[in-house]
Amino acid sequence: MLQERIPDLTKYVEPDRVRREVYTDPGIFELEMQRIHERVWIYCGHESQVPKAGDYYAVQIGRQPMLMVRGSDGKVHVLYNRCPHRGNMMCGDRKGNAGEFFRCSYHAWTFQHDGKLRSIPMMDSGYAGTPLNKESPELCMKPAPRVENYRGFVFSSLAKDGPSLKEFLGKAIVAFDDMCDRAPEGEVEIVPNCFRVIQHSNWKIFLENQLDALHPSVTHQSTGRAAHEVEKEIAKKTKKGEAPLSYHMLSAFATVTIDKWDNFQTLNYPYGHCILTGYMGLRPQDPDTLAYDKVMIKAYGRKRFEEIVSVNIHHVLIYPGLSVQSPLQQLRAVRPLGVDRTLTEIWHFRLKGAPEPIYRRSLAYYNLVNSPATLVNADDLENFWKCHQGLSSDGGDWVSFARHFGRDIEKDGMVETAPNCGTSEAPMRNQMKAWAEYMRG
Amino acid sequence: MAKNTQHEVEQFLYQQAEFLDGKHWQPYIDLFTQDGVYWMPPEPSYQTWEGQVAIFAEDKNLMTVRMKRLLHPDAWSQRPLWETNHVVSNVIIEKQTRDEIVVRSRFHMLELRRDDVRHFAGAYRHELRKTKNGYRIKLQRVDMANAQAAYEYVLQAWV
Ligand code: FES
Ligand SMILES: [Fe+2]
Repeated sequence: MLQERIPDLTKYVEPDRVRREVYTDPGIFELEMQRIHERVWIYCGHESQVPKAGDYYAVQIGRQPMLMVRGSDGKVHVLYNRCPHRGNMMCGDRKGNAGEFFRCSYHAWTFQHDGKLRSIPMMDSGYAGTPLNKESPELCMKPAPRVENYRGFVFSSLAKDGPSLKEFLGKAIVAFDDMCDRAPEGEVEIVPNCFRVIQHSNWKIFLENQLDALHPSVTHQSTGRAAHEVEKEIAKKTKKGEAPLSYHMLSAFATVTIDKWDNFQTLNYPYGHCILTGYMGLRPQDPDTLAYDKVMIKAYGRKRFEEIVSVNIHHVLIYPGLSVQSPLQQLRAVRPLGVDRTLTEIWHFRLKGAPEPIYRRSLAYYNLVNSPATLVNADDLENFWKCHQGLSSDGGDWVSFARHFGRDIEKDGMVETAPNCGTSEAPMRNQMKAWAEYMRG
Repeated sequence: MAKNTQHEVEQFLYQQAEFLDGKHWQPYIDLFTQDGVYWMPPEPSYQTWEGQVAIFAEDKNLMTVRMKRLLHPDAWSQRPLWETNHVVSNVIIEKQTRDEIVVRSRFHMLELRRDDVRHFAGAYRHELRKTKNGYRIKLQRVDMANAQAAYEYVLQAWV
């Protein structure tokens, strides 16, 4: 039906512009959920969210309510959150512990952590003479067709076939390597708090903003200025003439002016993934950093240590649903709720084995930038809402991604922005290229 | 004497709420001691704001950043109509010494932004210091009943 109404979806995407319906049409949204989110690798969570057998977390993949659960065998499983009997949702909470097995609250069918049927009350008499027995797959909780774990980060795909997780991530896998390698023990651990913020706009508007180097100094100017004024006041009063690093994180929005963002660079990969490179001043020479460096050198040796800390990443976008800031150990998972409603789930991590002050840095960023009382994202969300409103109008049919179009450098199957083109809209072009490929079906 | 104290702290809490609803940010910040902290934990189990996840954990400097942002002409999200209305009640004096007093209360806050209404409610716990200018806040803890709920949009000012 949708195909009839939309004869050729790929006509909606040109190399440097996109039709507005791509953001606002509920029919296209449904098709996106089918062809993208319910097919590709979607981030479920970190395995440290479910440390003990029976621990579970509810997670939405496309339109599907799923459960990520730690089995008694130590493996992390992903199941549809649905009882095979009459369809009752199995776990009504966002998180918890199921105990030794799942038990449906409606008629007490029970299931192993991997979804296999464990018992049905009076099964022998109740199902005698039917073709159903304990092994019947229709009596089991349905598992996600594919689950893979990379360095503790659990992904699931609701399609049986497709590229492996590693193949899918490609070079964007650096998001997790960069995060974990910065830990002296080579692993990160979740800080068990999820901030959840709903945006009243299409999910792609958020993703396109992640690597939009043109927006910070405009959108976040008020915060940057405010923080810069206070930062200067604090610096005047301290002996060393320095304010805490957290002020720098905020004032950078004003001090890194729009022209300076062109010094950054974006790397654009297959499947829509993109990396924004750029240095945020996170390798200062204060005593805390030096103490951390020492621990790291001890763990890795100087050569490997230098390699690790010189990884120059600001942001990694894993299309279509994850935005990672590896040097700050934060990530935001994107869960589309509807064509104009998008949930972001925001987490941060501890570098295992790193001294406490290093953790405090990511904590400061998490609290100041990513909490529901964010000093930064309030203005992003305002713009996202306004974008969605504008795109709902007949005032124009296209969204433009033409900035620095034609100057991209293509090599080895990826697209690099030319020098001094950091504000290029290449990441948006790359995302929409992947979108069109997925939507072709 | 005890009755007067009850009346005084109630007046203080009402005044604070009125500063918020009137967007009198500087007078609001001035209600805090020099080392005062405004704290909203993500859940009631949290015991301290230091080194922890927090929705708000702001000393006077950070509060000043927030105020300056709210007042900046390019704080885009501040352009549309935005009003709040606080009601504070159930004021209980938890303990009292010569210099300090700890007060618990409950609040309801309705927020209007453009055409959308949101409702927040919860408990305040004020650790107040008695000064010659009246009470000043050493620590204000705000346990919002909807702290863990998904936020439709964000919180821009103190609750
Ligand atoms: S619906 Fe689950 S046991 Fe009946
Ligand atoms: Fe932003």
